[in-house]
Amino acid sequence: MKPSGSTARLAIVRQLAQRFAFATMAVAAFALMLVGKADTVLVERLRATAVDTVTPILEMLSRPAATMAEVVDNVRQLGHIRTENTLLRDENQKLLRWQEAARRLESENAQLKELLNFVPGPDAGFVAARVVADSGGAFAHSVLINAGLRDGVRKGQAVVSGEGLIGRVHQVGQHSSRVLLLTDLNSHLPVMLETSRTRAIMTGDNGERPKLNYLSDTLRLLPGDRVVTSGHGGVLPPGLPVGLMLQGPDGVVRVEPFVNRHKLEYVRIVDYGLGGAITPPEEGVSAGAKR
Amino acid sequence: MRPAGLTQRLDIAARHLLPVLFTLFLLLVSLLPLKLPGLAGIMPPLALMGVFYWGVYRPDLLNGLSAFVIGIAQDLLFGLPIGVSALVMLLVHGFAQTRRRSFLSHGFLVVWVGFALAAAGASLLTWILVSVLAGTATNPNPAFTQFVLTVLTYPLFARLMGLAHQTLLKEE
Repeated sequence: MKPSGSTARLAIVRQLAQRFAFATMAVAAFALMLVGKADTVLVERLRATAVDTVTPILEMLSRPAATMAEVVDNVRQLGHIRTENTLLRDENQKLLRWQEAARRLESENAQLKELLNFVPGPDAGFVAARVVADSGGAFAHSVLINAGLRDGVRKGQAVVSGEGLIGRVHQVGQHSSRVLLLTDLNSHLPVMLETSRTRAIMTGDNGERPKLNYLSDTLRLLPGDRVVTSGHGGVLPPGLPVGLMLQGPDGVVRVEPFVNRHKLEYVRIVDYGLGGAITPPEEGVSAGAKR
Repeated sequence: MRPAGLTQRLDIAARHLLPVLFTLFLLLVSLLPLKLPGLAGIMPPLALMGVFYWGVYRPDLLNGLSAFVIGIAQDLLFGLPIGVSALVMLLVHGFAQTRRRSFLSHGFLVVWVGFALAAAGASLLTWILVSVLAGTATNPNPAFTQFVLTVLTYPLFARLMGLAHQTLLKEE
């Protein structure tokens, strides 16, 4: 046999093998999509394990990144200190008046509740966590936090920052979790417009402003109205601030969320004892791996 | 040539891991919360740049299987439907590898244009797959902005990888 013939044959065989491997992997990718769509326990567990594994690394990496962002922010703020100070003084005055009003309403509320024998909702428990990663792409809106099952985080719990609702716990690992943001394509939340009490489902589309669907009453819409969670479905407690309603030029009713995604640093996971609506309590530790 | 000693072989093996490790590092960097206003929803998929770069320059060290596995890691960490990035990375790697001869014979500008084509295909395919799997259309605007930002920042990351490439793999 001529050596040149054998090398040529070898090259052909190698090329065929490469094409076969490529086709196999492409088919495998589609198979994975179907498996993931069926939402098996396995895929969820795999995700939780992967996130658990990289969270310590991300925590380490995110510290210098946060420090750098802080330095930039500090420099930028220096220029505005004077004007900001005056603004804050004004705001403080305003807030003091609000505080007075709130105190008055609080005592009035307590008296009225006593008159009515009102049964209060369950007290909330909080878990604080740090945002260690932001899956910042255009196709999935979620953040990873450094608290998990070990810290008492359960799937479906509400996650809030100082400004309002951020999203819900979507997947829980041992010491990390994924929070699905309001703006994600897969986020659907029952909400309510505060003044008109109109109910709706707020649905993300991976843009910055989620849509309001299934409005119970489209006649009394006031752009600028506050949107809060309605508490329907028993997954989230009622009254958590979400954002402001606005009507786009295309006529679609959207919500401008209160939360600034790029400012998220520390968040609170709120446990109102309502988690049972998603995960039956007897599932315990494996709850994070199941829908 | 005398046979390489054990330490030498270990050294070479470690150097050969560079493309995969660098790309995984880029994947982690793209997950960092950078706290820059407006960037959160359009962060470029940095691992895609790694897969493309090494697919052009060293497809022997970052092969199709590596690209596939990096894609799965991205799906798991980004919270994307599993298999989407795996397919996208595999196709981008295949594109880079089959066109590498023409890329290498031309200058960086041609490679950049090639990357822009690959990134456009990747964005479009991800958009279609994510929308189909969710059963509803994803907002295309952030996807487009992300694509533009990805193409614009590619030279920076290609330069970084080029430096690592020259420093650690130059003797070959």
